[in-house]
Amino acid sequence: MIRAQDIHENTPWEDLSPGGEIYEPGTALAFDTGTWRTNTPVLYRELCKHCMLCVPFCPDSAIPVKDGKRLDFDFMHCKGCGICKTVCPFQAIEMNLGGEVK
Amino acid sequence: MKTALSGNEAVAYAMKQINPDVMGAFPITPSTEIPEYFAQYVADGVVTTEFVTTESEHSSMSVCIAASAAGARSVCATSSCGLALMHEMLYVAASSRLPIVLACVNRALSGPININNDHSDSMGSRDAGWIQIYAENNQEAYDNFIMSFLIGETPQVRLPVMACMDGFITSHAVENIELLDTEVVQGFVGTYEPEHYLLKKENPLAVGPYDLSAFYMEHKVMQAEAIRASKARILQVAENLAAISGRHYGLIECHQMEDAELALVLIGSSAGTAKASVDELRQMGQKVGLVKVRVFRPFPAEELAEALYHTKAVAVLDKAESFSGCGGPLFAETRSALYDLPQRPQLINLVYGLGGRDFTTESARSVFERLAQIAETGETGPRYAHMGQRTRGSAT
Repeated sequence: MIRAQDIHENTPWEDLSPGGEIYEPGTALAFDTGTWRTNTPVLYRELCKHCMLCVPFCPDSAIPVKDGKRLDFDFMHCKGCGICKTVCPFQAIEMNLGGEVK
Repeated sequence: MKTALSGNEAVAYAMKQINPDVMGAFPITPSTEIPEYFAQYVADGVVTTEFVTTESEHSSMSVCIAASAAGARSVCATSSCGLALMHEMLYVAASSRLPIVLACVNRALSGPININNDHSDSMGSRDAGWIQIYAENNQEAYDNFIMSFLIGETPQVRLPVMACMDGFITSHAVENIELLDTEVVQGFVGTYEPEHYLLKKENPLAVGPYDLSAFYMEHKVMQAEAIRASKARILQVAENLAAISGRHYGLIECHQMEDAELALVLIGSSAGTAKASVDELRQMGQKVGLVKVRVFRPFPAEELAEALYHTKAVAVLDKAESFSGCGGPLFAETRSALYDLPQRPQLINLVYGLGGRDFTTESARSVFERLAQIAETGETGPRYAHMGQRTRGSAT
């Protein structure tokens, strides 16, 4: 039973799983999809009240939370859709053009 | 137990004996009776199957895929346009390596719309990655269906199986049949215990992930190797069935082939008709025989080459067009199977029986007449033709 972390582009077919099955949860975490980002959110910490509204709205679970506070974006998974900016009641999020994190 | 059942009844009865976990059900002629009879078993409480009625065949196959991935033994039945509507999901089932068993009651695929038998539906699915087994009669429909579970569920195989029978001819005609005792069937198929399944909570699993060019090729090679491996397993399961039933099945069935000079190659119920002609011609001293292809996927290429190498002239009868302009699917693959032989018989292809056009003992005899001419003169004439159609200026 091959682990996801041991599957790479040099793995021979004999070692792969039938149908590409993955035998553990949460492996999308290790997959960098942040390169697909078109626009990039910026968090203004001084305006953020940690109301947590942006967290469940994020379609990519790219807003980590620790001890009741939201942290900066997980740019390995954020695609820049801007939903967080739209739902933020405190204008604490702005969107920059392009995928680059400044 | 000896009794008399239609092909649909026989398959529904096999399903009852197996008592699968889930059936994805949607009716279509001529397979409708299978979910219909089975629904009665569910209503009567004689099976514990989760009977899921769906809004289409795309969905009935999707139900089977989801249930099978979850760890459930899943069954389905369909025909013709129903199979076509499942087409996409057939590939998903096979590539996800889910051993679903589908009773395919063969019917012409539209258009023009037609409810009668030919093999255009399942031949259209021949490259979907399913094992395909074709029945000549009700007994085979019953036996093949029961064997399908053991074949598909084998860990080295893990592929879905299509157990096919001819619509109406086999599905609706009542024939004598010998059924196995339910305890024997249950002992034979055992319980389905996959190593990985979605409901196994101690081992989280993702099924059917996105597969890009870095991995897709490898997964397809695995699939191709699995269907190759299924050949040995099909024969092994057939041996196991023979031990409890006395009925013997191979990938192909050779009838009067030992010293045959002229032979037919064909699939399904027409083999029964043609056997009668073969026996009749044998009594008249003619060296004729036939090869019935029982398993079309994996294709029994070596077995066909072995069965046919000593013949002089062979007619491959296709109950499906493939509109290649040069022959039906069984012909194309049979001819390919013979290519590596140092000496080959003359081979012709006749597409017959489309949309329920009758195939009679006279039809089979007329083919042997043509083969005799080919063997004598060495002239094949057109290698690819149709038979049984009305043609201007010739008697039918």
